Amino acid sequence: MPSQPQLLVHDRRDNVGVVVVENLSAGSDILGVVTEDNSEIHAVCNQDVPIGHKVALRDLAVGDSVIKYGQDIGRVVAPIRRGDHVHTHNLKTKRW
Amino acid sequence: MATAKSNIWGYRRENGRVGVRNHVVILPLDDISNAASEAVAAHIKGTIALPHAYGRLQFGEDLELHFRTMIGTGANPNVAACIVIGIEPQWTQHVVDGIAKTGKPVAGFSIEGNGDIATIAAASRKAKEFVHFASAKVREECPLTDLWVAAKCGESDTTTGLASCPTVGNMYDKLIPAGLYGCFGETSELTGAEHLAAARAASPEIAEKFMRTWTAYQNEVIEAHKTSDLSDSQPTKGNIAGGLTTIEEKALGNLEKIGKQVRFIDVLEPAEAPARGPGLYFMDTSSAAAECCTLQAAAGYVVHCFPTGQGNVIGNPIMPVIKISGNPRTVRTMSEHIDVDVSGVVRREMTIAEAGDALIEAIVQTANGRYTAAEALGHHEFVMTKLYRSA
Repeated sequence: MPSQPQLLVHDRRDNVGVVVVENLSAGSDILGVVTEDNSEIHAVCNQDVPIGHKVALRDLAVGDSVIKYGQDIGRVVAPIRRGDHVHTHNLKTKRW
Repeated sequence: MATAKSNIWGYRRENGRVGVRNHVVILPLDDISNAASEAVAAHIKGTIALPHAYGRLQFGEDLELHFRTMIGTGANPNVAACIVIGIEPQWTQHVVDGIAKTGKPVAGFSIEGNGDIATIAAASRKAKEFVHFASAKVREECPLTDLWVAAKCGESDTTTGLASCPTVGNMYDKLIPAGLYGCFGETSELTGAEHLAAARAASPEIAEKFMRTWTAYQNEVIEAHKTSDLSDSQPTKGNIAGGLTTIEEKALGNLEKIGKQVRFIDVLEPAEAPARGPGLYFMDTSSAAAECCTLQAAAGYVVHCFPTGQGNVIGNPIMPVIKISGNPRTVRTMSEHIDVDVSGVVRREMTIAEAGDALIEAIVQTANGRYTAAEALGHHEFVMTKLYRSA
C-alpha cells in the first residue's frame, strides 16, 4: 500500500482537493489521490489547513469557477495560488 | 456477512408491514395535550409520549400536513399500539380513525369536559392494556428488504461527500434493486446539484415533478424569506468549520447518498407514504435533521441512515437512527454517537463497497433489536413541520 494521502480529489477535472489528515502545516508536501482513478497529485500547502478544508490544485483568478466532483461549486472572489487554503475568504456561492 | 438476501427479526404488523421496534405511543394531538400524554407515559411502563408544539387552529395544507404526520406516526410499523389524546374529540377521532386503518390497536381520549386527571386515568387503563398486547408480540424472521430505510445527512463536512454519504448510496444500490424502500429529502440542500438529482429520476415526468417541487421551495421558502445570501444558515456554521464553503459543494456531497445506479420513482409530499411499490423516493422536506426524520418516520420508514461529518447527535423516538461518519476526528472525539465508522475510506484503507457492507450489517443488527447510539443516549427528537402561522 502507498502511504496515506493527505489530500483526496473527487474528479480529475477538480481544481481543489480535500485535506483528510489533522495538523497539516504550512510548507508541508502533500500527496493527493484522485479517488475516481487512484492517480496521484503532489503539491505543497501554503498555509496551515484543517482537516476537511480545501487546497487549490492550480492558480485561480477572481471570477474563475471552483470545480469539485467535476461540478461548479462557486466563484473565486480573491486570487488563489496553487497550494492555497480555499474557503469562505476566497470562494462564494453562485446561488441565493 | 449481511447481504440483500439476509433476513432480520422484526415485528410483522396487522397490515403486513415489518417493524423493528415495538413502541406503545401516547400521541398528543395538540400542544395542550402534552401534559396529559406525558403523565400517562410516566405512569405506564413501556410507553412513550411524543410531545410537540402544534395542533391548534391550523388550517388548509398546514392542517393536512399536521394530520398526515400524526396519523403516519401512529401508523408506523415500529408502533405496536397507540393512544391519541387531544383537547377536542373531533380532531382526536380523525387521527384515531386514520391510524386504525392499519388494523393496530388505537384509542382516543379528549380532555374537554373531563379534565386532565380523569383523562389520564382512562388513558392509562387503556395504555396498560396496550402494553400487555405489545409485550406479548414475538419477533419473526423477515427479509431484510421488507424494511423501509430512509436517509438524511447532517452537520456535514467534506468527508460526508467522500465517505459517509457514498456509504449510504452503496447500501441503496445494493438493497433497493432487491426490494427495499428508500427515501431521501432535503429539498433546499440539493441546490447546486438539482440538475444531477433531476437526472436520477426514473422518468421525465418524475424529473419534472422533482424540479417543480425544488423550484417551489426556492421561490416560496428561500426567496420569499431570505434576508441575505443565507451564508449564516446554509451552509451552517458547523458545515463551514468542517470545510464546506458553498451550498453547491454541500449539495453535491449530500446527493452522494442516493448512490450511483438507483433512480427515484416518485416525489412525495412531506410525510406522504410511498405508494408506487419498492424503490427510492424523494420527499419534499426541510434540511433540518429532526424535521426531516420526523416526516420520514411519519411516511412509514422504520430505520434511518444518517451520515455525519462534524457530528450531528439526532435521534427519533420511533425510528432508530444509525450514524455513519468518515471524519477521523469526529469518530475519535464523538465516538459515543457513531454507529458505523467509515473513516478508513479517507485513509484509503476501506473501499466504499466495504463501507456499504458494514452499513448493511449495522442495519441488520439494528433491525434485530440492537440499540443505535442515539437510542442508547436517549435522543428522541420529534419535530413537526409547520408550513405557516395558524389562523
